[in-house]
Amino acid sequence: MLRRPDFLWVYAIVFIAFLYGPVLLMPLFSLNDGNFATFPLKGFTLRHYSSMAANTSMILALENSLKIAVVVSVVSTGLGIPAALALTRFRLPGSRSIVSFMMLPLVIPSIVMGVALLVIILKFLGIQLSLWTVAAGHILICLPYCMSVLMSRLEGFDPSLEEASRDLGCNAWQTFVRVTLPLAMPGVISSLLMGFIISFDEFVIAFFLTGTENTLPVYLYSQLRFPNKLPGTLALGSLILLVSAVLVVVAEIIRKRGVQSGNPGDL
Amino acid sequence: MVGYQGAEGLTSAVTTASIERPAERPAGPRSDPAVIRKRLAGFGLLAPALVLMFMMLALPVVALVLMSFWTQSGFELDRSISLENYRQLVAPSDETTWWYGIPFPLAYPVPAILMLKSLAMSLVATIAVIAVSYPMAYFMAFRVTRHKALWIILITIPFWTSYLLRVFSWKIVLGFNGAINSGLKAMGLIEEPLEFLLYNPTAVVITLAHAWVAFAILPIYVSLEKIDRNLLEAASDLGDSRLKRFFRITLPLSAPGTIAASLLVFIPTVGDYVTPALVGGPGGTMIGSLVQDLFLKQNNAPLGAAVSIVMMLIIAVLVLLFLWAIGYGKLRARRS
Repeated sequence: MLRRPDFLWVYAIVFIAFLYGPVLLMPLFSLNDGNFATFPLKGFTLRHYSSMAANTSMILALENSLKIAVVVSVVSTGLGIPAALALTRFRLPGSRSIVSFMMLPLVIPSIVMGVALLVIILKFLGIQLSLWTVAAGHILICLPYCMSVLMSRLEGFDPSLEEASRDLGCNAWQTFVRVTLPLAMPGVISSLLMGFIISFDEFVIAFFLTGTENTLPVYLYSQLRFPNKLPGTLALGSLILLVSAVLVVVAEIIRKRGVQSGNPGDL
Repeated sequence: MVGYQGAEGLTSAVTTASIERPAERPAGPRSDPAVIRKRLAGFGLLAPALVLMFMMLALPVVALVLMSFWTQSGFELDRSISLENYRQLVAPSDETTWWYGIPFPLAYPVPAILMLKSLAMSLVATIAVIAVSYPMAYFMAFRVTRHKALWIILITIPFWTSYLLRVFSWKIVLGFNGAINSGLKAMGLIEEPLEFLLYNPTAVVITLAHAWVAFAILPIYVSLEKIDRNLLEAASDLGDSRLKRFFRITLPLSAPGTIAASLLVFIPTVGDYVTPALVGGPGGTMIGSLVQDLFLKQNNAPLGAAVSIVMMLIIAVLVLLFLWAIGYGKLRARRS
């Protein structure tokens, strides 16, 4: 199996270790029977995890984050589907500029978006900060991701299937429901999952736009200052990492399945 | 592959925002009622997302600009238009503040110094990110033949997981009681913890580079993957060595993706404040820390708005200068 040692293979393995090493220390120390993140390890324990169940403010923050993430992923995908259809199926003048505009949140520092939204919400509209304002900010940053996932999926199958459906007597809505949507489903599902993950993990905008209630990352950030809370923080962080990683893998697998089967247009 | 496609979107976001290609030819004669009806339907579908983006991106930025012309004194917000905040940022002073041998003859030198420092730190982090991720992207595009999707997922997972936690993990690595210090102590190599690891600009740069590296690999990988393999074969057949081939074909053809990747890292990191807040300490603060401080602690939102606007303008000018200097427009034109 081993060929002559290839520098790039060695590099790739070192790289992956560098990428994952620091992050994996979190679950490692969260299972360690000690109150500091230090070597040598003292022994295995689950007590940092079991004590989380009693932490009501954390549970509350978790509930808030889940609520926001669900709303955000549904709304961004719901807005993204028609927009992605328009940009891939209709030859619109200026569509490239429109795409560039919609992708802008990816290249603007989030602190600028955070303060800009804060200013307009507080000083111009006079709205109270709440979980809703956080959700609104999250939709802004999720929409570009949802759009690019959906657009690439819609570009990935043959539009002649839709033409066939129209030729056979379906109207635009029937074509969308019976042909386009089922074919685009892997993209829709990964758009939902991506929107969920981004919102669930987002900190900067939530930090600026949240009122009295915390989201989970904001709660986590507030705990980082207290050294005595470290083990609980590590346990919580590990769980968040695990959930995100699982969701990413699921989203990727669904998309890959969609590409391999269920896609007669790809022939 | 979400990451892969996402990278395509990201790349196009950066590149088309600055260099617009000539408009596509319209689908048919402008007067054709069918074409007009189809376009109206298209814009109808686009409208909800576009209106939302306009209301939540364009309007807030306008509001931010407007606010930067207001002034705050104590708890009073004066809504009359003035340039006071901008004047404050550049007001000269007889007393010169020195920072690393650079004179800042300003009455309030903090924003200028932090701006320069942030640009320098982001630049170093960006160069580090590109240097580290290019070989990895090259590996994935040219060496990986089986299980390619697996490698892409491996790179994608950190890209999607909490930024906050990735940054925090470096605090565990570098901290006074962190993994390196306690590990070295346990091995008996040091007596006292090394204090220089955490809470300084170097820690911030390392952490930034690590946190953004996954962002850079995908655009570079996409541009490498797109290279026509026949070109490489042709170069070899015509007598180029592997090294020569790399510099004459692979590197120039992957330049657009590499440039897009560097901008995708540079632009957001200049304004970052999570990393300086967690691992920077007093010496590692950046311009984002100042913006956050002005808005949430010093209760001087107008000045914070002015600092944000100036930061955005400086970044935009630098990016355009950079693209102009390397002839990016020509580079793209050659590809298509």
